[in-house]
Amino acid sequence: MDSEITLRVDGRRETLSVDTRTTLLDALRERLGVTSPKKGCDHGQCGACTVLLDGRRATSCLTFAVANEHSEVVTAEGLAEKDEPHPVQQALLDNDGFQCGYCTPGQVCSAVGMLDEVKSGWPSYVTDDLEEPVELDEDEIRERMSGNLCRCGAYANIVTAIREAAE
Amino acid sequence: MTGMTRAIPPGPERVEGRAKVTGTAPYAFEHPVTDPLYLHPLRATIARGRVTRIDTDAAERVDGVHTVLTHHNAATLNPVGDPELAVLQSDGIDYRGQLIGAVVAETPEIAAHAAGLVDVRYERLPHDSEFRDDAAIVYTPDADASPMLSPDLERGDVDAAFAEAAHTVDATYTTPPEHHNPLEPHAVIATWDEEGLTLHDSNQGSHLVRDLLAALVGIDKERVSVIAPHVGGAFGSKGMPHGHVALTVLAARRTAGRPVKCALSRTQMFELVGYRPPTRQRVRLGADPEGRLTATEHDSLEQTSRFKQYAEQSASASREMYASPNRRVTNRLAALDVPAPTWMRAPGEAPGMYALETAVDELAVRVGIDPIELRVRNEPEVAPVSGLPFSSRNLVACLRQGAERFGWHERDPRPGTRREGDWLVGTGVAAASFPTLFFPGSLATIHHESAGKYRVEIGAVDIGTGSRTALTQLAAEALEVPLENVELRLGSTEQPHASLAGGSTGTASWGSTVVEAARSFRTEHGSEPAEGVETTAGAADNPDIGKYAMHAYGAQFAEVRVHVDTGEVRVPRMLGVFAAGRIVNPRTAHSQFLGGMTMGLSTALHEHSVVDERFGHVVNHDLAGYHIAGNADVGSIEVSWVDEHDPHVNPVGAKGIGEIGIVGTAAAIGNAAYHATGVRVRDLPLTPEKFLY
Repeated sequence: MDSEITLRVDGRRETLSVDTRTTLLDALRERLGVTSPKKGCDHGQCGACTVLLDGRRATSCLTFAVANEHSEVVTAEGLAEKDEPHPVQQALLDNDGFQCGYCTPGQVCSAVGMLDEVKSGWPSYVTDDLEEPVELDEDEIRERMSGNLCRCGAYANIVTAIREAAE
Repeated sequence: MTGMTRAIPPGPERVEGRAKVTGTAPYAFEHPVTDPLYLHPLRATIARGRVTRIDTDAAERVDGVHTVLTHHNAATLNPVGDPELAVLQSDGIDYRGQLIGAVVAETPEIAAHAAGLVDVRYERLPHDSEFRDDAAIVYTPDADASPMLSPDLERGDVDAAFAEAAHTVDATYTTPPEHHNPLEPHAVIATWDEEGLTLHDSNQGSHLVRDLLAALVGIDKERVSVIAPHVGGAFGSKGMPHGHVALTVLAARRTAGRPVKCALSRTQMFELVGYRPPTRQRVRLGADPEGRLTATEHDSLEQTSRFKQYAEQSASASREMYASPNRRVTNRLAALDVPAPTWMRAPGEAPGMYALETAVDELAVRVGIDPIELRVRNEPEVAPVSGLPFSSRNLVACLRQGAERFGWHERDPRPGTRREGDWLVGTGVAAASFPTLFFPGSLATIHHESAGKYRVEIGAVDIGTGSRTALTQLAAEALEVPLENVELRLGSTEQPHASLAGGSTGTASWGSTVVEAARSFRTEHGSEPAEGVETTAGAADNPDIGKYAMHAYGAQFAEVRVHVDTGEVRVPRMLGVFAAGRIVNPRTAHSQFLGGMTMGLSTALHEHSVVDERFGHVVNHDLAGYHIAGNADVGSIEVSWVDEHDPHVNPVGAKGIGEIGIVGTAAAIGNAAYHATGVRVRDLPLTPEKFLY
């Protein structure tokens, strides 16, 4: 069964007809040619498909496209402004926070969403004081970024990059 | 418990960096094609036997299904020496998960749905998928099997020396099957039209894929193009093309020029693209009262598949590591009804050095001397078996510098005596070694565009190692022009032939090729060349190969905490010091070492593909069940290297850095866990229950 939906993707309005079984990730990649979000597992286990969905980080493989009518999707490509990378992207470049690059767009979106969660005072598993503003130390970054796997093993540089971008 | 994270060293930024952080660098499945079809593989649900009936009617009736491929209608393929590529050529089943067909449809959803409607009946034969000492088929691998070493070696009288030794270790170490799990699943787009066959493929060597696939389907190499501009990790699993590539090509032959897209699912990758085989290794060490080795024995049994031999010879790690007048090395294979293993980052060295370096730590405890001092006392003057001089060997420098940086001298050697809260704390060390290899046959083209701008072409694949950047640097250096004056093109059979991205040979083999081609260009065209002139050349044979023993070395240090109640193991701090010849780009090299050590930590603590031998499949076949180290598993990792100038290894002077970082890491962590707890675990991974007693 097909349904027509409208999305905003990286600021562009997109109307398309999708199979109801199509995930948001597949709609972006296979229907709209937006391949910045990556498919690493299709099960929400690796984080490579992370996008900002209505402002919050989300694994786009775990949601059907039809369930996202009128949603605002921002990918790592959309976070960069023309020739200017987003500060998180620049920090990853400065710290060589990637190798093969396949998990990277998901890491970028996840980090941007995560920094916003911290700003909003959301605690994590390693937050000691639930009343005070979160102090974004390395343990907080590691914990909050653990939904994004990196098989090349760039975590140490990713943590440094995010700490820099947060400053 | 977190240390200060060190700043990365300077060096040119990855040339493709911007494209990667925005996600615009195209990987195989992302190449834009018109009107594609999607392939969903059909796979065997028995471990051995044959397909007796395969009913595709219901699948074919689904709207949008283009074709259903089985062994009944697939084209005949030529034998190319790799049984994995002989897909759909018979009704035989050699392992559970084997490819037995494919549904090709207008969308991935239709293909997946229709695949579920195919009804397959089997004749089952008894299978054996359990890796154990007394497997029915145990044999000695062919002498010319990977890695081209004689599997057995005997020098002196090991048994007599062991019997007379003042100190001995006799222990068995086991390592589990592990899966590479690059973040980018194996993917290919095959287009077979009047131009020929075009593959956008995620691989480690486009020319190798082209040569094999051209032979397989019987068309001229010139009519096959293989393109891989970016590859999302590989670690050996994309070294040889696997069955899905042949399957997709078979499908593309029937779609009248329409491209066929196939991306394996994470679960399919646990059976179709290889894995590190499990090993069972016995190490016997005998030493004199001062800890000098008198006997070294290392016997390894590893898993292979019955339908295809794979041998990596883990015991060979003990051939040239330490001086020992008496030495015995044996490598055996247990052939089972399982998928074929393949190279995985430091094949042989990673499991082999885990066993050897744990045994050496055990010996240091027996002798009662520091494990670094024990290693120093066993430094060989020349390569022990061949008698060749080392081209350079700076293992002791790595150990000494590492000890200094890590604060090793403060260490109290007694195990199980440091407790912080509910955590037992310990530190450990291990040595690392990886052979310096060179793959011949690569060519590079240097093309002068205009005004001192050059285009350099070589068909090598950058699997995330940083080769694109390092080769650009080496070309600019050899041409004596600024970095921005060089545009490097790689990844495709459109460019000159290049060897496989494997064996940590990229900088050595392709780098030397680029350097030699640049020198030839200058010889031919001078320093002010005309517009549009070009030179294609390769690297000359290295006369020093066979005259020197060539290895990279390293020292791995780890601090480990083991929870007294739960047995949970944490690694807050690691340090690696390496001696790997010339480091072309410190920034990206740092990441290579870091990545190897991180994967080594993952090996030490987490990775284990659990086989249910009743069915012959991996049970934990996704990234929830098969845990690879996540961000919160990794603490502070410090990386450094010693300055090493080695004029013998190759024109670049590089020894290779892609694999040495994973060698020894698991042993260092295991040795630290022993130091923390007094419990010697000899079975990877170091999961909590092994520390509870």
